[in-house]
Amino acid sequence: MSLGEGIAAGRRWRKPPLIKNPRLRWGLAIFAALYLAAAFGTIEVNWTRVWDGLPRGEQFLLAFLPPDFATRWDDILDGILESLWMTVTATVVGIAISVPIGLGAAKNIAPAPVYYVCRAIVAGSRSFQEIILAIFFVKLFGFGPFAGFITLSVATVGFFAKLLAEDIEAMDWRQAEAVRSTGAGWFQWLEYSVRPQVMPRFIGLSLYRLDINFRESAVVGIVGGGGIGATLNTAFDRYEFDSAAAILVVIIVLVMGAEYASGHIRRWMQ
Amino acid sequence: MVTKREDGKQLWRRRATRTQLAIWFAWLVGTAIFVYCFQLISEKTIWFFVLDAGTQAVDLGSRMLPPNWGYMEVLWRPIWDTINIATLGTLMALVIAVPVAFLAAHNTTPSVTFVRPIALLIIVSSRSINSLIWALLLVAIVGPGVFAGVLAIGFRSIGFCAKLLYEAIEEIDPKQVEAVEATGAARTQVLSYGVVPQVLPAFAGISVFRWDINIRESTILGLVGAGGIGIQLSAAIAELAWSKVALILLVIIATVVVSEWVSAKVRHSFI
Amino acid sequence: MLRLEGLHKRYPTGDVALQSVDLEVPEGQVMALIGPSGAGKSTLIRCINRLVEPTAGRVFIGDEEVSALSKRRLRRARRRMGMIFQEYALVERLTVMENVLSGRLGYVGFWRSWARRFPQSDVDEAFRLLARVGLDEMVDKRADELSGGQRQRVGIARALIQDPALLLVDEPTASLDPKTSRQIMRLIRELCQERRLAAIINIHDVALAQMFAQRIVGLRLGEIVYDGPTDGLDAAVLTEIYGEEDWQATIRKDDDDAETADDDDQAVTGPRGPTLDEERMAGIG
Repeated sequence: MSLGEGIAAGRRWRKPPLIKNPRLRWGLAIFAALYLAAAFGTIEVNWTRVWDGLPRGEQFLLAFLPPDFATRWDDILDGILESLWMTVTATVVGIAISVPIGLGAAKNIAPAPVYYVCRAIVAGSRSFQEIILAIFFVKLFGFGPFAGFITLSVATVGFFAKLLAEDIEAMDWRQAEAVRSTGAGWFQWLEYSVRPQVMPRFIGLSLYRLDINFRESAVVGIVGGGGIGATLNTAFDRYEFDSAAAILVVIIVLVMGAEYASGHIRRWMQ
Repeated sequence: MVTKREDGKQLWRRRATRTQLAIWFAWLVGTAIFVYCFQLISEKTIWFFVLDAGTQAVDLGSRMLPPNWGYMEVLWRPIWDTINIATLGTLMALVIAVPVAFLAAHNTTPSVTFVRPIALLIIVSSRSINSLIWALLLVAIVGPGVFAGVLAIGFRSIGFCAKLLYEAIEEIDPKQVEAVEATGAARTQVLSYGVVPQVLPAFAGISVFRWDINIRESTILGLVGAGGIGIQLSAAIAELAWSKVALILLVIIATVVVSEWVSAKVRHSFI
Repeated sequence: MLRLEGLHKRYPTGDVALQSVDLEVPEGQVMALIGPSGAGKSTLIRCINRLVEPTAGRVFIGDEEVSALSKRRLRRARRRMGMIFQEYALVERLTVMENVLSGRLGYVGFWRSWARRFPQSDVDEAFRLLARVGLDEMVDKRADELSGGQRQRVGIARALIQDPALLLVDEPTASLDPKTSRQIMRLIRELCQERRLAAIINIHDVALAQMFAQRIVGLRLGEIVYDGPTDGLDAAVLTEIYGEEDWQATIRKDDDDAETADDDDQAVTGPRGPTLDEERMAGIG
């Protein structure tokens, strides 16, 4: 073979490291190792407790079987329906509130003061887990689905306004300029250049959020927010684990169904 | 976008009459459903409490302020625990989610008829159960504490990570895989040279994204005894120590903000 | 060297891509396969290394019947067939060196390849090949940082490091500008001569085929309609292969204007493959 005689044989090759700077690379590695050691050190797994817990856990899980749909069926149905109402109303209200806030939180179309106010609202409603919100709204509005409805609405605003704003920020500005150059007013401009661009994702996101809200409605009940979560909590409190299992099964089936349906609708919309 | 002719003039409408009617009808149905649902909720609501909420809120707010800063020294350990629950739970989920994702993706699963449905079932059941419910179950089995929290976060995240990862695997460029196959590489080698490099950025993104979510989730697991700052939160609420609650909420916000910053940093460095 | 007997391919959709193709390619011959889109050129090449399983017929490399091999033996057989792809098909997030070394995967065990610890002889050969194709400065660049022509050179090095007896080349110039196309074709021909390789080159560009191949096979609707020397292509033959058209401009051999540039492919295309979709992730939370 006469190829490349000039190349010295035996030149080594190693895969170039992911992080080029060796100091940073080793620093990160050592930091990760130390952190993991410290974290594992402080978990304090009480292995005897776990070991003792296993047969109890087995008992506990066996108590779930077989799921008992019959005894509490009326309660389950009630809870499911309540969850559905909460989901629908909270999604609608949440999105309705999100639209103006999302517009305001988009840097490219909102003036600076509006932008900061809207971003603050978004950040505020995002920083707490739904459950924490639910605890407070239950305190304020009393037990029941209304507190759950408010919780989900607020959570929807945080999620939806943020994504809507990001979507508007990512839109094609040339189209917007073209419409503005016709002398259109602000609302006309929104209707003719912004709305057509964000509409497909808007619909997609609404369905996503409907899906998420249903899932979340299953847990806000645990802290008193109504819905199927309340039914589940009651079942746990009464040690009716077979009914609890039935509720979990129903939740899983509905969540799967909702996801499947929303996936299909989204594909069909596009 | 219909043009029609009426006594010689061209008319333009955005939609045909029938489509327009259908759209109006859909709006009508939607509004009706909404009103009906709200009606049902309002039946179950004691409006007196709702109307009273304003005064309640002011009252609550006045008790929360100023936050009890002295309580901070008790909180350091719960914060550390909360972060650990999120981090270790995410790591555990990733370790399990990676093989599950490869078994679930159409183009890498060893068997579409047998293995794939099992992998999908794992994903769906993990995803459908909220981490709070996972924690509820696990506290009963392994006892209250951080360990139950780690497991709860882990179990909940398996499905999330595996789902996103297998979708990423299914979207890879098949030509690059084909090229590696054509060299005579074995199946495992095709995976490590053709598939893994393509999904690595998605994997990194999914990991930090889920970690970010898990920080939020792990703040509440304490409500059912699964460790973290939620224990202090529920205790403070139970004893109506609102100034402590205020401090805890501030701490949670700070943690969430920092974690969001970290995950944004990591994501940017990978893409 | 390579022998196809009655090769037939019918896709599950019912489309017949190849109808009983018989073909023999001797050692050291560079053969161009021309024909309209959908004539079955790509299928033919992929049936040889069984990236596509033929429905009927037999494929021989030397005395070995590739079409009868088990999966494991097939992988061994594939080592002897280097493949060069349309649009390069490099693993874009791996470095140039890793892409080239991936040509040795059939020779190296999994753990060795996973740790990127290839035998030093392979690394030497990779450096030699990269120098030969003019990329020795690019060793640790990621594949998606290269221009089209550079990428195809990496693809060629990857195929050659397999130490093949046969090159299967699928539209090597489809997305390259005319000048780079010629350079790539010249490189392939020279390497085939240096190493006494047989090659089958799928190509759309008739003028390029005439310029660089020793033999031309025309495929139409899955059947061979022309098999002969490069100067045997006249208007009648081209009409037979492609259908009615004014072929005079195409046949003139040394006329650069005969080729039309596709586009300027020097621009580096962005990384492909899945990217992170925030919305999707947010949605399944």
